[in-house]
Amino acid sequence: MATDSADSVVQKDRSMVLQKNMIAEHFKRLERAPESGEPVVYTFVPGNLTELIRSFDALPLLPEINALQSGMRGKSKDYIAEAERAGHSEDVCTYVKCDIGMLKSGNIGPTGTKLPKPDLLLLSYTGCYTFMKWFELLREEYDCPTVFLQIPYQGDGELEPEHRKYIVDQIEADLIPAMEKISGKKYDEDKLKHHLGLAAEAEDDLVAVLHSAKNRPSPIDSYFGGVYYVGPIFSAFRGTEEGVEYYRELRKEVEARVAAGLGPVTPDGSLDEQDYRLVVEGPPNWTSFREFWRMFSEEKAVVVASTYTKVGGTYDLGFRHDPSDPLGTMADYCGGCYTNLNMPSRIDMLVNYIKDYSADGFVINSVKSCNSFSAGQLMMLREVEKRTGVPGAFIESDLVDPRYFSAANIKNRLESYLQMIDARRQRTAS
Amino acid sequence: MSNRKIIIEWALGVYEDLHFTAARETLSQNPNLKAVGFLPVYAPREVIVASSMLPVGIYGGGDQIEIIRGDAYYQSYICHLPRSVIELAQSDRLDFLSAVLFPSTCDVIRNLSGMWQVMYPDLYVRYLDLPHVRDPEVGGKFWERELRTLIDKLGEVSGHRASDDDLRAAIHLYNEVRWVIRELYRARSAEPWRLPTEELYLLLRAGEVVAPELFLDKARAYLEAIHEDSPPMKDRSRVIVVGTFCEQPPLGLIKTIERAGCWIVDDDLLIGNRMLTRDVQTQGDPVANLAEAFILHSEKTSVLYEPDPDGKKTLMAQRVRAAKADGIIFAAPSFCDPALLDRPMLRSGAEEAGIPCIAFKYAENTGQFQQFREQAGTFSDSIKLWGGS
Amino acid sequence: MRCYVGIDLGSTTTKAVILGDDGGILGRGITNSRSNYDLAAKVAREEAFITARFGLLRQEVEAAAGTELLERLLKAFRMSQTLAQLERTHELIAAEVEHTVAERLRKSTLAVVEDMIRVIADEEVIWFEDPDPPARSDFFRDTAGSAYMRLAEERGDPAGVSFDLLVGLYDKCIIKVENEPLELGFSDHIDAALARIGDPLVVREAVEKAAGTEFDEVSCVGTGYGRARLPFPKEQIRSEILCHGLGAHAMFPDTRTVLDIGGQDTKAIQVDGHGIVTSFQMNDRCAAGCGRYLGYIADEMNIGLHELGPLAQKSTRTVKINSTCTVFAGAELRERLSLGEKRENILAGLHRAIILRAMSLLARSGGIDDEFTFTGGVARNPAAVKALRDLTEENYGDRTLNISADSIYTGALGGALFARREAQGS
Repeated sequence: MATDSADSVVQKDRSMVLQKNMIAEHFKRLERAPESGEPVVYTFVPGNLTELIRSFDALPLLPEINALQSGMRGKSKDYIAEAERAGHSEDVCTYVKCDIGMLKSGNIGPTGTKLPKPDLLLLSYTGCYTFMKWFELLREEYDCPTVFLQIPYQGDGELEPEHRKYIVDQIEADLIPAMEKISGKKYDEDKLKHHLGLAAEAEDDLVAVLHSAKNRPSPIDSYFGGVYYVGPIFSAFRGTEEGVEYYRELRKEVEARVAAGLGPVTPDGSLDEQDYRLVVEGPPNWTSFREFWRMFSEEKAVVVASTYTKVGGTYDLGFRHDPSDPLGTMADYCGGCYTNLNMPSRIDMLVNYIKDYSADGFVINSVKSCNSFSAGQLMMLREVEKRTGVPGAFIESDLVDPRYFSAANIKNRLESYLQMIDARRQRTAS
Repeated sequence: MSNRKIIIEWALGVYEDLHFTAARETLSQNPNLKAVGFLPVYAPREVIVASSMLPVGIYGGGDQIEIIRGDAYYQSYICHLPRSVIELAQSDRLDFLSAVLFPSTCDVIRNLSGMWQVMYPDLYVRYLDLPHVRDPEVGGKFWERELRTLIDKLGEVSGHRASDDDLRAAIHLYNEVRWVIRELYRARSAEPWRLPTEELYLLLRAGEVVAPELFLDKARAYLEAIHEDSPPMKDRSRVIVVGTFCEQPPLGLIKTIERAGCWIVDDDLLIGNRMLTRDVQTQGDPVANLAEAFILHSEKTSVLYEPDPDGKKTLMAQRVRAAKADGIIFAAPSFCDPALLDRPMLRSGAEEAGIPCIAFKYAENTGQFQQFREQAGTFSDSIKLWGGS
Repeated sequence: MRCYVGIDLGSTTTKAVILGDDGGILGRGITNSRSNYDLAAKVAREEAFITARFGLLRQEVEAAAGTELLERLLKAFRMSQTLAQLERTHELIAAEVEHTVAERLRKSTLAVVEDMIRVIADEEVIWFEDPDPPARSDFFRDTAGSAYMRLAEERGDPAGVSFDLLVGLYDKCIIKVENEPLELGFSDHIDAALARIGDPLVVREAVEKAAGTEFDEVSCVGTGYGRARLPFPKEQIRSEILCHGLGAHAMFPDTRTVLDIGGQDTKAIQVDGHGIVTSFQMNDRCAAGCGRYLGYIADEMNIGLHELGPLAQKSTRTVKINSTCTVFAGAELRERLSLGEKRENILAGLHRAIILRAMSLLARSGGIDDEFTFTGGVARNPAAVKALRDLTEENYGDRTLNISADSIYTGALGGALFARREAQGS
């Protein structure tokens, strides 16, 4: 979900410029919010109800995105240290500590503007325990209401009807009244439907972009490039006109690359010659993002599918926002985010990606911060290998704590892994 | 041997037995009975018992089990509990279970439910998403539906679907269990030298894996026995131990805290056994009653959302007051998200109220206690010197 | 003569192996990795070529004069190398004294040092000439160092020169000696060695023949922890995982599982019938349970690393140790000792604990298949081997456990095999 910024522009396509401007504009609006009176809603990427927020003319702000941006801008180390000095354990999620450290250091956002205080903390509890504590912690800093929206986990591999009902009940009983209160506006179902329709339109184009990786060469990198592609739809722009335009443009560009037989643009230029097609599970490391990417691109490895780019919605598995059932569709959306899927479903997803995208291998990047992702990944590794016959690689890092990124260690494993794939290919060929 | 000693010896035997012989014997004596394992923190035991099943708490392997297979599944930055749980399972020590319930304690236990589904496809596995929303019409109804699903599913596994009367009987039984536990806690707080926590803990740990009726007998007998031959009264500081609700500290750590000069007068140990703070109604719809009791009258714990914005701030002072304690020991398992993420909020509330605090981390297999001895000893001394709150 | 070179740049030692056209091992070399990877690679390679030449020599000399003379020549050669290094150490210390020692102490210091170096040289000659010399480290730093310390203790104070000053001088200079490309080449020392054994004509002729043989290095592959620092193009670099797999396969062709425990990392590798890696796992960023952990324990107990295993084998029971964290190891050890537990019993527990870590990596990589090969520095520790044998038996049943006396060269051998395989296009 990278959504920056002049210093790390990796492609100079029009979509990139659009994205940059959209984000800059959004943060400017956020900065002006205390004067303009636009209500600000803090919420999380998985299970974000952007269309509903927008339907009340409120602005979403996503602390995870701020944390990862702080990581990319080299600020997270100090922010984390600040939070640990204030009594936070070194054992826990670094997104939280980074966010709290940023708050304690003046709350300057990723584009250099001051972030407004929240009018509402919308705790969309979607597949991550830490979210709950994060907003309990933020609540101590801000005098504003908190709405807790519990999204039941898909423990049996699906969102059961009772669970869907529970989510809808909460939206009706708690969230809508809270939004009406902070915005002073009545709930407008038609307006919500309009935003949901726009969301579905952008989702169609995003899925076409993700599916384009089935081509050889793949015109996109679905992990390192993917985090840029999902930026707008995961953050503040799903269900907006700008979002629709961005994805229409992105799709056009990707289709042009397919037609021209080009690969994705990486920090070292276009990766047209692709020796390895990989699937990746787990979030990236943000503090050494480009160095990490380069470890793949230098070996001519392209990522054709990733699970991380599904934390804000599993559109490529078929979900679309449906304006004809506004509250129900929001419940379905929340329930289906990747973080909310059980282990068997996550394994199925990886197995299918490996088959559908003709991958040569898969890499699990296990991050220390995130138990939701990491606990059980070693079993996933074993199961996916067993079911596909494709060997997997296991590397370890962290989200935004630079102390947990050992470049030599990761490079060693990755190289060993790709050489192993090579040796096996040569064996099969001879 | 005194009655007290006989009971504690029995409890120690059950505690140390990682083959769960007591539970296995109960099963072999009752051919129609099946066993349901559950992980910390809270599972509705009434539903299990009403379904003709034996609830068995799975609290890891402590410091007595050598981890060979369990570490193969976990990175170094994940807590110890799931390693030893996998070790127990992979060494066939849990093969007497017909179903396992994984409550929504944290993401590690949540994901362990999925690992179980993959590794033991023949077993009934359920993830129990506890309700965080305290509105009876929303959260209460959700939990009621969840409980009904669980009743159906466990009925399929056991062959006996719990009737309302079965549920009422089980509720009555567990009201008794909770009463005796509260009574033990009350007695310990009043006269902690009569009920050292190392004994109380062993008794309650045994209660997690034996039939509830048997536990009730033992616990009642113990309550009577503590007046027969109690150890001499000692002047120690009174502390509450917070953060020990899931992965359990080794017995040596509990002993160390007390021997270093602190009476534990309240704690989070095995908190699921007294999660419901009041008796559950036995009249009316038993499922609705269970759901309502959880929504309205459950202990405040790190694994549940705290709706009151001041709740975290005031909780420690309330507990310290209720237990007439002098200070707080925050003891969290390493890498425990719930305990460690809660700690800054709880601690700052406690310190604002002038309550002395110390904090450390442990693992269920911690093998060295020197640093705890020093910290707890210094803590106790400083409380005695400067006075508690 | 066509040959293929593999170099394994490990965190502690650097190894080189030279293969002939037929895949047979011609020579092997090993040296401390120091902080200078280029130099370490150069020294190891040169030493491997020296042993390769001695290999050629062996046939000639054996035929002409028998093995005994050959062994004497080899020893004399090593002695010549050692004496040259000792002389260089002396020079550097003398220069250091001139620069840093107060004038009133200079003369006495120089005299003591000269005296000590002379004694060490004499002792070296005796050691090399001993037909059955006592075992000792392969490295100059260690052998010269221990003699130097002993002598400094004996002779410093009586001569009015403090022990600390003498040790300081040595520590400063030995680093330079190790980091200078001392001429260790064949031709420089062979004449001295020949002279030392009386220069018999048959040997001289054989030497000249062997010296005249040109080694034609067809290709070279580098591997190991520091491989990215090797002065090789990328195509000539292989991961140590692949090299270990292939090397272990070459040593024991029925190998299916390889465990390597080195100083900094632990690797569990599965290979197929051709030595191709099918799966592998390495320890995470925490070095718990690696060779380094045993190093900390040895330091904590104030004994040599090589004494740990034999001491642990004297245990009567195995104390359960829960932490293989290097940070907590010392504390846990002290607490156990203070509780009256015997050193050897604690050590048995520590060895079991590190092998338990390895067992979990093995399980992650796919278990232990038959046959099972154990490599790396820790494979030389008998208590670690025993713990591995026990745990393998308990968890996987009967497995053939292979440990080669030359297991330290496994990675370099794999590298040389890759070099040969690629050059021969097979």
